[in-house]
Amino acid sequence: MLSKSRGAVPRRGTRTGPVAGRNRRGTGAALVLMAPFFVLFALATLAPIGYAIYLSLFAQRASGLGFGGTRTVWVGLDNYVRVLTDGGYTSSYLHIAVYALVAVPLVLGLSVAVALLLDSAYAFGRRAAQLGLFVPHLVPGVIAALLWAYLYTPQVSPVVSALNRLSVHVNLLGHTFSYPTLVNVVLWESLGYNIVIYYASLQAIPREMTEAAVVDGSGEWRTAWHIKLPLIRSAVALTAIFSAIGAMQLFAEPLLLSDAGAVGITPTWTPNLYAYSAAFTRSNNYGVAAAAALLLAAFAAVLSFLVSRWAKPWQQT
Amino acid sequence: MTVNLLLLITACYTFFPLVWTVFAALKSAGAVQTGDVLSLRHFNVVANVRLLWTFQGGVYERWFLNSILYAGVGAGLGALICVAAGYAFDKYDFRGKDQLFGLVLLGVLVPAAATTLPLYLLASKVGLVNTYWAVLIPSLVNPFGVYLARVFSAGYVPNEVLEAARADGAGELRMFLRLSLPMLRSGYTTILLFHFSTIWNGFFLALVMLTDQRLFPVSLGIYELNSSLSSEGPALLPVVMLGSLISILPLLVIFISLQRFWKAGLTAGSVK
Repeated sequence: MLSKSRGAVPRRGTRTGPVAGRNRRGTGAALVLMAPFFVLFALATLAPIGYAIYLSLFAQRASGLGFGGTRTVWVGLDNYVRVLTDGGYTSSYLHIAVYALVAVPLVLGLSVAVALLLDSAYAFGRRAAQLGLFVPHLVPGVIAALLWAYLYTPQVSPVVSALNRLSVHVNLLGHTFSYPTLVNVVLWESLGYNIVIYYASLQAIPREMTEAAVVDGSGEWRTAWHIKLPLIRSAVALTAIFSAIGAMQLFAEPLLLSDAGAVGITPTWTPNLYAYSAAFTRSNNYGVAAAAALLLAAFAAVLSFLVSRWAKPWQQT
Repeated sequence: MTVNLLLLITACYTFFPLVWTVFAALKSAGAVQTGDVLSLRHFNVVANVRLLWTFQGGVYERWFLNSILYAGVGAGLGALICVAAGYAFDKYDFRGKDQLFGLVLLGVLVPAAATTLPLYLLASKVGLVNTYWAVLIPSLVNPFGVYLARVFSAGYVPNEVLEAARADGAGELRMFLRLSLPMLRSGYTTILLFHFSTIWNGFFLALVMLTDQRLFPVSLGIYELNSSLSSEGPALLPVVMLGSLISILPLLVIFISLQRFWKAGLTAGSVK
């Protein structure tokens, strides 16, 4: 024990284990160190949620005479009912569900595949490849969506004109391509990011394990599938959570594609877009916007909690 | 070799839009509009640069400096706040610690975008909308950074060192500043790097909070400018393209020069 007291403040209590125990000095220091974060967290996350709950229980109604301002009335859960029975809101969840079912397995699957290729004995220029593939992640999402929107636009896009020359006439901004064009933007942004994570996990696998498999006559394919893949499971789980959370907050990409004239993507296509347009472009209806945003926050928190419970990426070994 | 061929295809897919952007940024609006981008004709470099820098009294430069302010101050200070909190979670034991850390993880799980609109509603109530503060204050909060800082603290700050300092009568806060913080420097850099890129790439918060274009970060500025093309005509298209290209450069430079830090950050959450 090192609890011999020195200085002005005598140490109270006993320490258990290597960390400072439940002594008043340690607790005080912990509080001081944590205070800035939790004050800001309360201001920027908890307080807004509380205020949104309050707002969601009220609505603006035109005052009786029909002109001159509105008054605020208590409506209970009416805003929630209104949002949940609005086909626009419920179908926005359908959109992100379909999107996530396509995008998450596709993005993760391709990332794993490329990471395994990089990790294989035959790959050249691994460092450069990693860095290069990471570059799209450094492009702001709104800029990436903007660039791809131009690459989907007829006349401007070299892709479309190349297809035209091959007598393939497609309208990438048509209904058929709503999901593919959106998934492509996100794939482009996140492929390299995931690859770098997976590649690092693959590099952390002890060489003896893969070498032993090779000695036992296992080919590259079998080694990758049976040895390497199970060992990077927690990395894949973590990125799956981030991808799913990302899907739920989808905003800039569909907004940009919608602006560029993608007919299948409406201005209320995702829950976030719906809440945004309820607050700003459609009606300035803050009660409805608050209800829509809160439902999304609750839904996202529950879903990602369930996924993280199932995948246990926080566990450290 | 199949492996390298497949990697090459991936590289082409990754770089094609970037190469296209570089060309589009250096060409006249007419060439971009008619799809004549990937050729060696119609370069208009000097005029494009001049247009970008003089457009609306140099507002692009202002956007760029705003982004540096938001991301620099937000990440510089925000990462320090994360490190302090993560370190406290790792090194101290007190009642309610698990519940408090649960709150941090909840902050990781609830998407920031879902709380941005409520944040706007609150900010408009207290009159902070359309100020620098409206973007800066929320940008400081990074629950995942606290999680990472806890992992780094467990890895980089040996408890024995703290015990020894305590035995010598050092104050707890002094120990953090003089002893632990220097040991957590690479962890701090990693968190700062990711925090910086999140703020730099951010768009939704600024879109919701700001209407005065002199306060815009560069991502929002380019978005608004691009939206105005449909009504204003394509004359400013080079500003959008060149502006987009330049907006990527700071992160590119930072990430290339600090490679080992971001790799550490990417793997700290998953490998450990």
